[in-house]
Amino acid sequence: MGEQSYSGIYFLLSVLALYTLVGIFRIESILPSLMFSFSIFKNVIPVLVLIFALMAAMDYYVSPKSISKHIGKSSGYKKWVFAILGGIISTGPIYMWYPMLKELKKQGVGYGFIATFIYNRAIKLPLLPIMLLYFNVQFIAVLTLVMIIASLIIGLIFEKIEDKL
Amino acid sequence: MDKKLKESIANAARSIGNSLPVLTGVILLIGLIETFVPKSIYPTLFSNNVLLDPIIGSGLGSILIGNPVTSYVLGGELLLQGVSLVAVTAFIVSWVTVGLIQLPAEATLLGKKFAVARNILSFIFSIIVAITTVFIISL
Repeated sequence: MGEQSYSGIYFLLSVLALYTLVGIFRIESILPSLMFSFSIFKNVIPVLVLIFALMAAMDYYVSPKSISKHIGKSSGYKKWVFAILGGIISTGPIYMWYPMLKELKKQGVGYGFIATFIYNRAIKLPLLPIMLLYFNVQFIAVLTLVMIIASLIIGLIFEKIEDKL
Repeated sequence: MDKKLKESIANAARSIGNSLPVLTGVILLIGLIETFVPKSIYPTLFSNNVLLDPIIGSGLGSILIGNPVTSYVLGGELLLQGVSLVAVTAFIVSWVTVGLIQLPAEATLLGKKFAVARNILSFIFSIIVAITTVFIISL
């Protein structure tokens, strides 16, 4: 879902206000709540450091321009492969990629490829460490594979309905 | 350090930084919920029905906003509370594939019909993906 700016801060402030409210009426509940939250933070923070490094590395090596160059020149099954790989390795907010996708559309790339690309953006390689914190490798591997297949089916559906869009 | 690398580090820091307030808020909220909400409430939210659970999970994932990191933490914690894997899977898949917040931008740049159709299909497929994934790993 969407990357947010101030809405995230408002949300955090609302939660802190809720803690204050709870504290007024049931102060004894605050410490257990914070302790439980802290136990989650303890697991998540080291993983966030790793995610930061992976995101920086992917941002360094992958840009909308480089992906556009490959997708624009490819055809047939190669286009699907680029749509899948491009979606998986693309980083940053999705709206950053809309102009590139619009440009590809102008160049004659179909909605099918665009839909497949966007769907594969859901596969976040830099976020694998945090997934591994909660889910096992088998689950992540199967989910990734099923999502790639789903992205192709969605792409093919869009190819069929291209004229109606 | 070259300029591109500095930019990439700044972009990654911005991305993580943007997700931190929501992630912190969600984790603090989980702490409150853990203290106040009895674990017995979760089975009432999710029916353990293989068709209904992913629909509820996808519905929740579609309307909640935030970085995917938040969805994994929230989904993982729901799993620990006894919510079914199929519901949690649908939840985390719809969180990242259905983009109601970005819908206006997507519609403006890529076409209204495409944006609406893509989000509807993504919602439906989050349910199918969840059921298929859980079915395969249960084999």
